[in-house]
Amino acid sequence: MTSPFVVLPLKRPPQGLSADLAGPLAAFVMVMLIFSLATPRFLSSATFGSVAFQLPELGLLTLAMLLPILTGGLNLAITFTANIAGLTVAWVLHQNGGVNAGPDAFALGVVLALAAGAASGLVMGLVIAFSRAHPILVSLAMMIFLRGLGEFLTRGGDISGFPAFIRPLGHGMVLGVPVPLIVFLACAGLWHLMLSRTRLGFNIYMIGSNSAATRYSGVDTRKVIVLVYTLSGLMCAIAGIIMMARFNSVRVGHGEAYLLITVLACFLGGVDPFGGFGRTVPVVVALAVLQLLSSGLNLLGASQHLATAVWGMLLVAVMVLRWLAGQVAAALERRRRR
Amino acid sequence: MATAQPGAAPAPRPLLSLSDVSVTFGGVTALKGVSFEVMPGEVHCLAGENGSGKSTLIKVITGVYRPDGEARISFDGEVYDQMTPVAAQAAGIRVIWQDLALFPEMSVAENIAFQEVVGGRPRRVDHGAMRETARKVLARLGTSLDLDLPLRDYSIARRQIVAIARALVGEAKIIFMDEPTASLTQAETSHLLAIVRTLSREGIAVVFVSHRLAEVIEIADRMTVLRDGRLVGVYPAREMTPSRITELMTGRTFDANVRARSHGTAPAVLAVEGLTRPGEFEDVSFVVRRGETLGITGLLGAGRTELALTLFGMRRPHAGTIRLDGKPVRFRSNRDAIRAGIAYLSEDRLSLGLIQPQSIADNLVIASLGKVMTGGLISQRRKQGLVARWVGELGIKIGRQEDAVSTLSGGNQQRVAIAKWLATDPRLLILDAPTVGVDVGARAGIFDIVARLAAEGLAIILISDELPEVYYNADRVLHMARGRIVGEYDPRSIALPELEAAVYA
Repeated sequence: MTSPFVVLPLKRPPQGLSADLAGPLAAFVMVMLIFSLATPRFLSSATFGSVAFQLPELGLLTLAMLLPILTGGLNLAITFTANIAGLTVAWVLHQNGGVNAGPDAFALGVVLALAAGAASGLVMGLVIAFSRAHPILVSLAMMIFLRGLGEFLTRGGDISGFPAFIRPLGHGMVLGVPVPLIVFLACAGLWHLMLSRTRLGFNIYMIGSNSAATRYSGVDTRKVIVLVYTLSGLMCAIAGIIMMARFNSVRVGHGEAYLLITVLACFLGGVDPFGGFGRTVPVVVALAVLQLLSSGLNLLGASQHLATAVWGMLLVAVMVLRWLAGQVAAALERRRRR
Repeated sequence: MATAQPGAAPAPRPLLSLSDVSVTFGGVTALKGVSFEVMPGEVHCLAGENGSGKSTLIKVITGVYRPDGEARISFDGEVYDQMTPVAAQAAGIRVIWQDLALFPEMSVAENIAFQEVVGGRPRRVDHGAMRETARKVLARLGTSLDLDLPLRDYSIARRQIVAIARALVGEAKIIFMDEPTASLTQAETSHLLAIVRTLSREGIAVVFVSHRLAEVIEIADRMTVLRDGRLVGVYPAREMTPSRITELMTGRTFDANVRARSHGTAPAVLAVEGLTRPGEFEDVSFVVRRGETLGITGLLGAGRTELALTLFGMRRPHAGTIRLDGKPVRFRSNRDAIRAGIAYLSEDRLSLGLIQPQSIADNLVIASLGKVMTGGLISQRRKQGLVARWVGELGIKIGRQEDAVSTLSGGNQQRVAIAKWLATDPRLLILDAPTVGVDVGARAGIFDIVARLAAEGLAIILISDELPEVYYNADRVLHMARGRIVGEYDPRSIALPELEAAVYA
C-alpha cells in the first residue's frame, strides 16, 4: 500500500455506561432523590412492590414497540393484539370448564394466544415488507380490525371466571420477586441479547438506517421486517397473558392508554425515532423512571391523570436536556482543543 | 513546500483571506496552519486528495467549523473573529455541495427562490414573485428551464444549474463548488464551465473543487493545493499540467502506464451469453477470466448498471445465460449471487453502497457476518479483529471503528465498501464507478488495490464512464451504448485519444 495511513488504537466504548444510558440513569437518580425527600414513605418496599407489579405490563408492550421503531416503523396494534391474545386464553379456558379448567387447558390457551399474537404480527410484517405500505397505516388497520373483532366477540364486555391457579402469574412471587417482573426481565434479557449479538438484531439496526443499502449488502430485508413484526406480535401476546392474570379478566380496550406511553418510553430510553439506533437496557431504565414517577406521585396523593401529565412534561424536559448536554459537550470539546 | 506566488491576481486586495487556520477533530488533524486567499472575480481552484482538508476549509469559511486558536477570516473588507453560517450567507458566501441539497419534489422556481419566502415573519407565498426571481437568475446564466416542473424531472446537470441559480439569489460574492463535474458528461461540463466564466465576468469569485484535472487547468486563474491538511502552495493555473498537479497533491509522481495484460488461457470465471432485459440491455455476451480486469464503459444510460445488477442477482434476465466457472447459474436474489462469489460495489455509495449513519465496523462486516459469529452470536472480538485486518490491508484512515462511516472522506468510504465485499471472499468483483467522489491520489490507491486483487486471481469487472480509468486499469475494454456492446478494445493496441474518439463518436 503506497498511500500513508493511520490506524488509531481501537478503543472500545465503555460497555456499561454509554451515552444513551447516561440520560435515563440520571433521570432515575433524580426521581429517586426528589421523591425520597418529598415523602419518607417513598423508599419503602410497598413502593417497589407496586412498581414491580405495574412495570411488566407497560414494559412488555414497550419491548413489542421497540423492534418496529428500530427498523424505522411503528406497531400501533400492540394493545389490541395483547387483548386478542388474552381473549384467546379466556376462550380456551371457557371451552374447558371456566373456573374448573385444568392446567392443560391453560397451556393450550397460552400456545394459541402466542400463535394469535404472532399471526397478527406476521400479517402486518408481510404487508409492510411486500407492499411497502407505511407501517403506521398497516398497523393502524390491524389495530382497528382487532378492536372491532374483539368487541364483536365479547360484545364489549368483560370476560372473567378463570381457574385460581392463574392468579400467581399476575400476583405471585418467587423468592420475593413478582412473577410478572421475572417474565418481563427474562423477555428484556432476550431482547438485549437478540439486538446486541444476533444476526437478526444486527440487521434490524442496519435496516433502520438504510433499508436499500442493507438489501444491496445481501440481507433479506423483507424477511427481517416480517420477523420483527412477528416477534412484536409474540411479545404483545405475552403482555396480554400477563395482563389477563393481573386483572383476572379480559376486556377489549384494556391497556389502550399504554400505546403511546410505549413510544414515549422508547424515546426516553434514547431510541432514535427514525430507527437505526437504540438499546434495550436504557429503555428498561426509562420504564423504571416512568413507573417510579407515577407511583411517587400516587403516594403524594396526586391523581393518576396528573401522573400522565408529568410523563409528558418529562419527555419534553428530556428533549431539552439532551440538546443542552450536546451544547455543553461541544463547548468542552472546543475548550479541550485550545 | 513551495512559496505562495501572487500569480495573475487581478485586484490588489483579496476578497477572502484566511491565515494560519488549524482544525482538529478528536485525534485527527484536519487542517494545520493553512492560509487561503481569493481575489474578487477570480476562478480559483482548491485541489487536494480526499482527506486533504478541502471540505474542512470550506466549512471553516462558512462558519460550520470553528478553527482552533485565534485564526481570523477577512471577507470583503470585514474581519470576522467568529464566522457563522448566517453571517457567511449574509456576506455573500455560497457553497454548492456535491449532493446539491435541493428539493426534488418542488418546482424549479421554488428551489431557486425558496429562501425569499422562508424565514422572517409568516407571510403568504408569492408564487409570481418566486417565478420572477427564478426567471431572472436563470437568464443571467443564459439558461431557461420550465419553472413549474418538479426538479426530479431534470438531469443532474440541470439540477446543478438550479443549485447555482439558487446560490445567486441575493448578493453572492463568492461561490464554492464542491466536485461540480463529478457526474456530468463532457458536453454538460463545458456548459458548466461557460457559466463559471460568466459569473467570473460579473465579478463573482468561484472556488472550484474539482478532481478532473484537465478542466481544472482550463478554468482556473490560480490553484491552491492542500495535502494532508497542510498548504502545499498557490500556483498560477496555466503553469500546471495534470501530472504536476497530481504530484503536488500526492507528493509522488505517477506512472500512468497501461496495466493491461493478456489472460487468454486462464479459466473463465464468468461467461455471459445473449443476456437480455428489454429496454435495458440486449444480447450481451462476454467472458471474464481469472485474474482479469474487464472494463465496461459507455455513457450514463447505456445499461451498464442494469447489467451489473442482473449479474448480481437483483434483476432477472429475460433471455440469455450466465455461467460461473462453467456452470449455468440462476440467482433469485443477490444473496444467491454473494453465496456464489459475486460482489457488487454500487455506483451510489451514499445511499446504496454504505449505510452512512452506522459504524465503520458494522458496514464492513454486514455482508460477511457469518465470519464473526461464534455459537450463533456475534463475537465483538472477532468483529474487531476482522475490521482491523481490512483497515490495515486496504490502508483505510479511520479514528475509531465505532465512528459513523459518514465521518470518513469519500476515498476512505470507498475503501470500506471494497473491504466489505472482499470480506465475502468473492470470485468476481463488480466495481460500478468506484471513483465517483474520490480524489486523484485516492483513486490511484484504489486502482493499486484493484491491481493487487487481480494479481491474486480475482476476476474484476470495472464499470466507469471515465475513459482513462478503464484504459489504464483494465485488461480489455468493452464499450456499451444503448444497451448493447458495440466495441471491444485492447488498451495495448489503441491510444487513449483513439478510444475516446470511438466512444464519444
